[in-house]
Amino acid sequence: MRTTGPEGSVTSDVPEAGPRAEEPRKLEARLTDADRFYRAFVAAGAGTTLVLITLIGLFLLTGAWPALKTSGFSFLTTLTWAPDGEPPKFGVAAMMFGTFVSAAVAMLITVPIAVCTALFINEYAPRAVRRSLTSLVDLMAAIPSLIFAIWGLFFLVPLLAPIEDWAVAQFHGWLPLAEASATGGSLFNAGLIIACMAIPITTSIIREVLAQAPRHECEGALALGGTRWGMISSVILPFGRSGIVGGSMLGLGRALGETLAATLILSIAFEIKPRILENGGITVASGIAIEFRDAQELGLSALMAAGLALFLVTFAINLLAALVVNRSPAGARA
Amino acid sequence: MTVPEVDQSVAAEAAPAPVGGVLEGVQVSCWFGARKVLEGVDIKMDAGVVTALIGPSGCGKSTFLRTLNRMHELVPIATLAGSVLLDGHDIYGAGLRLTEVRRRIGMVFQKPNPFPAMTIADNVAAGLRLTGRKVRDRDDLVETSLRRAGLWNEVRNRLGAPAGGLSGGQQQRLCIARSLAVSPDVLLMDEPCSALDPTSTRRIEETILELKDQVTIVIVTHNMQQAQRVSQHCAFFLAAEDEPGRVIEQGPTEQIFSDPHDPRTADYVNGRFG
Ligand SMILES: Nc1ncnc2c1ncn2[C@@H]1O[C@H](COP(=O)(O)OP(=O)(O)O)[C@@H](O)[C@H]1O
Ligand SMILES: [Mg+2]
Repeated sequence: MRTTGPEGSVTSDVPEAGPRAEEPRKLEARLTDADRFYRAFVAAGAGTTLVLITLIGLFLLTGAWPALKTSGFSFLTTLTWAPDGEPPKFGVAAMMFGTFVSAAVAMLITVPIAVCTALFINEYAPRAVRRSLTSLVDLMAAIPSLIFAIWGLFFLVPLLAPIEDWAVAQFHGWLPLAEASATGGSLFNAGLIIACMAIPITTSIIREVLAQAPRHECEGALALGGTRWGMISSVILPFGRSGIVGGSMLGLGRALGETLAATLILSIAFEIKPRILENGGITVASGIAIEFRDAQELGLSALMAAGLALFLVTFAINLLAALVVNRSPAGARA
Repeated sequence: MTVPEVDQSVAAEAAPAPVGGVLEGVQVSCWFGARKVLEGVDIKMDAGVVTALIGPSGCGKSTFLRTLNRMHELVPIATLAGSVLLDGHDIYGAGLRLTEVRRRIGMVFQKPNPFPAMTIADNVAAGLRLTGRKVRDRDDLVETSLRRAGLWNEVRNRLGAPAGGLSGGQQQRLCIARSLAVSPDVLLMDEPCSALDPTSTRRIEETILELKDQVTIVIVTHNMQQAQRVSQHCAFFLAAEDEPGRVIEQGPTEQIFSDPHDPRTADYVNGRFG
């Protein structure tokens, strides 16, 4: 493969191939100016995001440093929060416990309801109401969390109080989850309200993804004599798996960082206990909000450390979710 | 699903393969919204016979085919008149369950549509799960169905591989195997070879000829040679401008191609339009 110039001399830029081309060659391409410009533009956007995240992480780390140095490893295991006491004694154990429990309760409620609602709107609802249901869900996603928190505090929690009291009366003694001296300001109720906040946005995303399921595969399932549920379980859910995980993760992000609901609902208690229906608990976000006003120097630093811990946990969970999504067969589809 | 149906399927597994059902469209008309696209179609599709539906694009062949296993009604604005009889029973009546109609009248689509995330074997057996049926020997059913679709030798060593990795022609035969696995009486095929290379096309035609005594086959095709090679009965559809499609002529394939009564049929089968 050699091209020859007009004068007969060799002017080729075709690389000399070895006797047997056994190594893949290097690929190059000349981009147009427009391509180069857009690439720089898009890269700048991505870079800004990365820089922002790094800056936030660094800010938290420097702020948290004095506190972390004082407490050392006990920061992860201590329940109490008295950073400005003498001697200072503080740790995120209780806050993290509360955060995880309320988030777990919230996700256990949110994900099934969101998936069912999305499937109902897409596959079962009469065509006439589908559009309005879709906009209704999207509208609910835009309601500020303050509204949900107030509604939960003054309506839902009092409404559920008799049921929770009944459950405690029935099951206490042999089910530690259901033991409680008093109900109302519990981690369970906080998780419940957080679920109400997370359901609309999670539903909206999952519905959007599930609506993209390839129609010809759905028809293939129906043409075999499949029921609608058969079609959903063999085509739509496998297709939407990564979207369901992604939507749930956004919901979980909201649940982990939710401040208002936890602050309003929870009776503050820095402790770890399995009795999730019982009054008392604390989460990282609500803990920071509540302790912030009275915090002195080391107290502020300690709150930064708590924030850093939440930041890292959120980060780790999202990484984990990305792994799950990439591993799923649906993610591997061509 | 009810117990008798499970027994039935097990019985069907043991007995020789079904010999097909008789499908009959009676005065079938179709609309999309206010637009009528098909009018008064009468076609009898006999057991043991391959029926070919031919005609130019847009004359309603696919629409007619989809009325035969109740896929037409999946389009929200679609309506129809007339009736479709399977062994004398109206498939649009209350006597037959919708899922049972679709199981007994299988369909192979123009674009191969295996479930890409499932393995090859799971694809073949997918209909069992979808219809809530059980068989005693799943592996045996997978092998039998793949053999009947002429795909067994090519995939026997990678039944656990995802179906998305097969070639287009293999995917289409996998879809045929998948349909056969639920033991249908009728198999509808909408231009099954239009996206395939000549070799795959020939394999599928061979498959059709092997299957024709076991299932009633109805095939839409744009390929005149294919219609002549595989079918014994042939119906020619045509839609004049701004008019619904109609069956212009039908009869034995031989006669439609060698001695058509209608000049428009002659023009079409000799490639003078469409
Ligand atoms: N989903 C649909 N919505 C509206 N019109 C449709 C739809 N599918 C088909 N049609 C119309 O119905 C007519 C027949 O289409 P079709 O049965 O696909 O023709 P063929 O298969 O013979 O090419 C065409 O005019 C087409 O535009
Ligand atoms: Mg068509």
